[in-house]
Amino acid sequence: MDGWDVAIVIVKVLVVFALLLAATILLVWIERKVVADMQNRIGPERAGPWGILQTLADGLKLLFKEQIRPNKVEVGMYLLAPVLTLLPAFLIFMVIPIGVPFTVTLGGVERVVSMQGTDLNVGLLYILAMSSLAVYAVVLAGWSSGSKYPLLGGVRATAQAISYEAAMGLALVPVVFYAGSLSISEIVAAQSGTWGGIVPRWNIVPLFLSFVIFFIAIIAETNRAPFDLVEAEQEIVGGFHTEYSGFRFACFFLAEYINMFNMSAIAATLFLGGWNGPTFGLTGFVSWLLPIIYFFIKTFVLIFIFMWVRATLPRFRYDQLMTLGWKRLIPAALLWLVLSAVVVGWRQFGAPWT
Amino acid sequence: MTELVLFFIFGALALVGGLTVVAARNPVHSAMGLMLTLFSLAVFYVVQAAHFVAAVQVIVYAGAVMTLFLFVIMLIGVDKAENLSETIRLQRPLVVLVGLTVVVVGVFVAVGGRFAWITGVVGAGPEVNGTAEAIGDDLFTTWLLPFEATSLLLIIASAGALALAFFRPRRREGKEEGAP
Repeated sequence: MDGWDVAIVIVKVLVVFALLLAATILLVWIERKVVADMQNRIGPERAGPWGILQTLADGLKLLFKEQIRPNKVEVGMYLLAPVLTLLPAFLIFMVIPIGVPFTVTLGGVERVVSMQGTDLNVGLLYILAMSSLAVYAVVLAGWSSGSKYPLLGGVRATAQAISYEAAMGLALVPVVFYAGSLSISEIVAAQSGTWGGIVPRWNIVPLFLSFVIFFIAIIAETNRAPFDLVEAEQEIVGGFHTEYSGFRFACFFLAEYINMFNMSAIAATLFLGGWNGPTFGLTGFVSWLLPIIYFFIKTFVLIFIFMWVRATLPRFRYDQLMTLGWKRLIPAALLWLVLSAVVVGWRQFGAPWT
Repeated sequence: MTELVLFFIFGALALVGGLTVVAARNPVHSAMGLMLTLFSLAVFYVVQAAHFVAAVQVIVYAGAVMTLFLFVIMLIGVDKAENLSETIRLQRPLVVLVGLTVVVVGVFVAVGGRFAWITGVVGAGPEVNGTAEAIGDDLFTTWLLPFEATSLLLIIASAGALALAFFRPRRREGKEEGAP
């Protein structure tokens, strides 16, 4: 561990930071365009070509707006919440590999630089831990605002997060069975290759049900439509961020989109083979670049589904939300977990009667 | 060296959190204090190379338990004027006694070990392997019986909680939303 290693880590952190911010700017624009298209509108088109700079303009506007602080807020928590919402959002992406490692000679030593913030042995658990921390910001923001609607939003957020975290965790266990590891890079490595040269060895093929459960759960975890009861405009104004304005509101907005990107990236990594894809026998720089492109294609396909769902489905009622979480998703995930355990066990140890 | 610095920072934070739990007037602040303490403990586990335990600590305590606490506090809304009169006799003297014992034992251990826990030079402990594989191996071979006993205990506890909630003297009650 010398100076260069530290420098590599710092560069990685900065790259993740910049990547997530850039992705957010793109995401907001894409979402507005996609949803507009689905609703027969045009969407933003004035700022920059095809309105691509719209997000930047909105961000700058929020930055210069007055930050109103109502009298009844609980000051400490009120100021802490926007920061707390960004932290896990940025931290989650640190364990996701976006490409194959490359070697570089720095300070006379050849070093292998992985395209991943850090490869934790318990990477999957780390993701679950960070995503479970994300709900605190919402709850605290709702509570500390000292007004009715944010509080309702906060309480809804807690119940929703607890319900869907369980389904999410259960849906991920079969992935661990199939990969035999909790480390994200090993889960990706276990998905390389194909069945019969045609079907890629992605987890989505044997674990389709897991993928569906996981995807529903992450839509709920990121509080996106049709699970956006936390900020349901027709019922509770703006939900937990009603009392926030200016840059503090921008923090929540940013975190929502970063979380959407994170969760899509996680789903792509765990179920769609991450950066795996055909390299067509190419070598050198191109073979390094292709996996990164594959990773982003898969991520953006999932993001498109996010937006598609948002534009298509109306919001759930609260009891429907709870019924879906506790009475449908969790039993289905449990049953599927037992089934895949049997399959993996059978394959590893042979039939029980032999 | 890193370990020492981290110990002082997060040890202090853990203490601050613990004091907040008992001293804060507002139950939400208490909950956040507890959260801070639990999180500092997770950092200690990371420093001790027990990544699995750290991750589980954050998932279970910070993720599940504290979220439930906050949920209950917000939903029920604890009265700020809590009844502080004692219902268990001799509780306060007992607390003082137990507290003193813990302090005495702590001081004894610290002095007896010649502050090895501060300098961190004496006696490099056994090589720690905190990976999920190592813990799983140990848990399901060497410590299988205690593990199963613990899981049995948890099941009994949750079954007991259910029984207490369900089999009450018959009274007309609204259907409750199932809190986990």
